[in-house]
Amino acid sequence: MAGPLIGLTVPTLLIIGNKSFGISSSLRHICAICMPANIHFFKYDWRKEIWNLFFVAGIFIGGMIAAFLLTNPLQITVHPSLVQVLSNYGIVDYHYLMPKEIFSWGELLTLRGFLIMVVGGFMIGFGTRYAGGCTSGHAIMGLSTLQWPSLVATLCFMVGGFIMANVILPFILSL
Amino acid sequence: MAQNTDFEVRSLDALCVNESELEHRWYHQLKYLVVGILFGIVFVKTEIISWFRIQEMFRLQSFHMYGVIGSAVIVGALSVFLIKRLNIKTIYGEAITFHPKTFNKGLIYGGLLFGLGWAVTGACPGPLFAQIGSGFSVVLVTLLSAIAGTWVYGYFRERLPH
Repeated sequence: MAGPLIGLTVPTLLIIGNKSFGISSSLRHICAICMPANIHFFKYDWRKEIWNLFFVAGIFIGGMIAAFLLTNPLQITVHPSLVQVLSNYGIVDYHYLMPKEIFSWGELLTLRGFLIMVVGGFMIGFGTRYAGGCTSGHAIMGLSTLQWPSLVATLCFMVGGFIMANVILPFILSL
Repeated sequence: MAQNTDFEVRSLDALCVNESELEHRWYHQLKYLVVGILFGIVFVKTEIISWFRIQEMFRLQSFHMYGVIGSAVIVGALSVFLIKRLNIKTIYGEAITFHPKTFNKGLIYGGLLFGLGWAVTGACPGPLFAQIGSGFSVVLVTLLSAIAGTWVYGYFRERLPH
């Protein structure tokens, strides 16, 4: 059911205010608000794009509601061969949506945690803006409107993801 | 002046084009908050924001994420087709506009880089917000780093190949 509900976000945003679905631009608006630093790319009237920040604030609140008010036991079922592989790197806790062994404040100070959370985050921010959109803007909104440049971007997202998950991440996890 | 390569923001430059002509009070924005809340709940309940699900997707061990993205695109495309065909207006009676995207090399370089970040963090920008909300406060650091990445891109933009 998740896919169709996410797909319906496209017409919902268009109909309630003529907005094109896209989430990563919220990061650009935050830059424009907090630290435009006279950079041309951040000099625009962010007030006219403020809807996007209300939208991501909603995603944050929705995450809270789902995790704390609508709880069912969040034991996640993962493919057995992935469980096998991850156990080699000390990842064995499946009580949460994310592995506690990586995503914790203590892990930030390790090389592994730093590469995953800090360097990973940087690549998300730099990459999405360089590509002009993310999964929502290109893969969903772009493909829904049948734009071939978005197909190119989506294929590149996938290629990058395959390389990371299969080639680079096993090395990072072993650190 | 650099060409517009950013398709989510309606104008790259200081002045916005093609925005709604209508002025609304701030509380009209709350409707986007509501859509966001529903979206965030779907993200968590269907485990889309799970790092494990992203690993399964890129290791071809599960087709959950492909099904989600694929069906989202089908529903999205069908809706866009109907909006165009039936000439559906916004709730304020405005015509709905679509913005053509043009190819530039940044789609490839940036796309590959984002793909690397997506698989390592298990999140794209939307799920970052939901992961923080669902209790992983440390992901705030990932979000701040993503904001820093966006800023650095903005800083070097004119010197990067597009």
